[in-house]
Amino acid sequence: MVSLNHFLILSGVLFSIGTAGVFLRRNLITVLLSIEVMLNAVNLTFVAVGRYLGTVDGQIITFFVMTVAAAEAAIGLALVITLFRHRETLNPDAYTALKW
Amino acid sequence: MVTGTIDEMLLLIPLLPLLGFGINAFFGRRLPKAVSGGIACLAILGSFAVSAAAVWSLVAGSAGAFEQTVFTWMTSGDLDVGFTLRLDHLSALMVLVVTGIGSLIHIYSTGYMSEEVDSEYARYFSYLNLFAAFMLVLVLGANFPVMFVGWEGVGLCSYLLIGFWFKKRSAADAGKKAFIVNRIGDFGFILGMLLIFTTFGTLEFQAVAAAAAARAPEAAMGVMTIATLLLFLGATGKSAQIPLYVWLPDAMEGPTPVSALIHAATMVTAGVYMIGRNAVLFEHAPITLAVVAGVGVATALMAGTIGLVQNDIKRVLAYSTVSQLGYMFLAMGVGAYAAGIFHLYTHAFFKALLFLGSGAVIHALAGEQDLRNMGGLKKHLPITYWTFLIGALAIAGVPGLAGFFSKDEILFKTFISGTPGHLLMWGLGVTTSLLTATYMFRLVFLTFHGERRHDAPAPAHPEEEEAAAHAQAIDAPVGPGGAVPPPSAPHAHHAPAVRQAHADEDHGHGHGHGGHGTPHEAPWSMAIPLIVLAIGSIFAGYIGVPHALGGSNRIETFLEPAFEAHASPAGETSAAAPPPMARVLLASQAHDVQPGADTHAADDHHADTRTELMLMALSSGIALAGIGLAAYFWLRNRAAAGALAARFRPVHQMLLGKYYVDEAYDAAFVQPLKALSAGGLWKGVDAGVIDSGVNGVGLAVSGSSGLLRRMQTGSLRTYALSLFLGVVAILGYYLFL
Repeated sequence: MVSLNHFLILSGVLFSIGTAGVFLRRNLITVLLSIEVMLNAVNLTFVAVGRYLGTVDGQIITFFVMTVAAAEAAIGLALVITLFRHRETLNPDAYTALKW
Repeated sequence: MVTGTIDEMLLLIPLLPLLGFGINAFFGRRLPKAVSGGIACLAILGSFAVSAAAVWSLVAGSAGAFEQTVFTWMTSGDLDVGFTLRLDHLSALMVLVVTGIGSLIHIYSTGYMSEEVDSEYARYFSYLNLFAAFMLVLVLGANFPVMFVGWEGVGLCSYLLIGFWFKKRSAADAGKKAFIVNRIGDFGFILGMLLIFTTFGTLEFQAVAAAAAARAPEAAMGVMTIATLLLFLGATGKSAQIPLYVWLPDAMEGPTPVSALIHAATMVTAGVYMIGRNAVLFEHAPITLAVVAGVGVATALMAGTIGLVQNDIKRVLAYSTVSQLGYMFLAMGVGAYAAGIFHLYTHAFFKALLFLGSGAVIHALAGEQDLRNMGGLKKHLPITYWTFLIGALAIAGVPGLAGFFSKDEILFKTFISGTPGHLLMWGLGVTTSLLTATYMFRLVFLTFHGERRHDAPAPAHPEEEEAAAHAQAIDAPVGPGGAVPPPSAPHAHHAPAVRQAHADEDHGHGHGHGGHGTPHEAPWSMAIPLIVLAIGSIFAGYIGVPHALGGSNRIETFLEPAFEAHASPAGETSAAAPPPMARVLLASQAHDVQPGADTHAADDHHADTRTELMLMALSSGIALAGIGLAAYFWLRNRAAAGALAARFRPVHQMLLGKYYVDEAYDAAFVQPLKALSAGGLWKGVDAGVIDSGVNGVGLAVSGSSGLLRRMQTGSLRTYALSLFLGVVAILGYYLFL
């Protein structure tokens, strides 16, 4: 029997992997991918809890999140392309102008 | 108290000069001289007319005083002060002196200041009117705060008028000195006023007198003694007594009519008047009275000795004023209030006369003030000479003239008073009167007799030229009257007449030898006040002919009610504050005069008459001796004076240096204060504490921001991490705590 806890643990693991990806990878596109992983970890939690409670709220919210994620991916990739044109690199550590 | 009309008229007395001030201050620079001078004279003359009418109905009517409350000024808790004017016998006399002599001096000024440019002329007259308004408020005030308004106001006007030629450095400095020294006294006055309020719960003169009369006189230091001593400190400032007299001689930097009006006839008597106003209070503080008498006689003697050797005609008169004020305080101190006020009144005539006369001399000699450059003016200035001579005779105390009656009254009252050391004081007073006669006639002989001399060392020209150049270069300062001298006005910082000399002669010689031409007699606008004052100096004394000479001493009877407490029950008053004559008897023969012993009192009265006649003969003799002494040294045998000065060179130098009091004050107060201000307050507190505090805050902020900005790395990853940690922390807080 697969219980709610299994889903939550899987979701937690996915979220941690995503977070680690955001902080550790040195490629902006991979960072964006990692963010997608984090979002989907959350989606999984919503769906699992919705199923557990017998409501559809979790699924509805998941649709919203997917929409937002699609928009985010579009804007994020556009930004990455613009940045690359500017600096010829995708290493996030190269972009340090955001201060003072 | 009585008819409504008179009560409402009181306000007009100070209001008219105030109006004149307003017109001249705001529109004066556009008015021609005749108009601005005319307005000022009309204002003060109108005030004189109203005063005379009010005093007339006061004397004719049965009311003891008129009172007018213009508005309620301050109400707070127990304090209820109205802007109240009160005309009683004492203030009546003062009002007449202020407006009467003030009018004459206004008229005189139209001639004396006629060489000023229009705007300066209007500024001068606006100040003069403002002064009269404040002085009248001072005199008419029915309570301490109203008097204080006038008290401060005349101080301000004194400052403005001493520094009238403010482009001249010494005049500006003298103005500041007068103001600052007066402030020291004013501080005492304020403290005394507050102490009186906390003690008696009122600031009305009448109520304070009644409350004080209900108390027993203080044998030791008590609250009344302290309050009166503080008030007396105020009086020493305003009336130029030791220790605060130093400003008055310097005040001679102002125009001469100002010296006559403010620094001789009226303002400087404010302290004497204030003590007279609070006679009942002072009467209950014998220690203060002794101090007043001691300070008065010491000042009289000291100023008299200084006056003996000074070479500036106005300074001699200034020290003479200080000396005569000392006499008035002596009278106040021995409880002879009427005699003190009487001397104030006669002194106003002859001192104003002497100052205006010296002004005419200075005017005639184109700004020359040094006695060593005068002489032989008798034939050129007959009117000035004769009026000046009358003034000098009056102040010297020659029998028959005003000063004789009042000065003898003071000396007599001192002689028979019960104040400790009264015989010593009397002796010093008599010595001073010898000095008075001597230095006054030294002045007369040196100025008017003999031949014209040019003995004075040449003044330091380079410095003065520099100052003149400077004055012309800046040429922009705007006086409070809104006066901007046009660039063409040459040397606006000099005495008016000097300007002509400057225009005629080479720059560098204008001042020292300005009067080579024939001295010219004063114009009529100046001569008439001289003549009127001379007549006053002869006859003013006859309102106070003492009993001993067959008179009835009307002035004393007239003034007496003002020195007693009225509001208290009659029995209490007479027990606590006997009228001056009775008290004097009680004091001098306390051991054998019993209540009800009328025969004793009558005998004593005869004895007093004999004493008084003897004293009179003595002081008349002394006055004549003083004149004779002056005649010997400065008319007959001038070499003897020089020989004497050479023989007692240290003494002469000390007197010439005015006992070095200015230098002592400078060393004792001014320099330490300067050092404290520069080293302590400026470099220590201001630069050290305040500035470094402000700068320190700035440095701390910029330093800590230098540290904080290191958090802003610009690295995306760091920002994301801090965001993440923040979310974790917040969630963790809500979930687990």
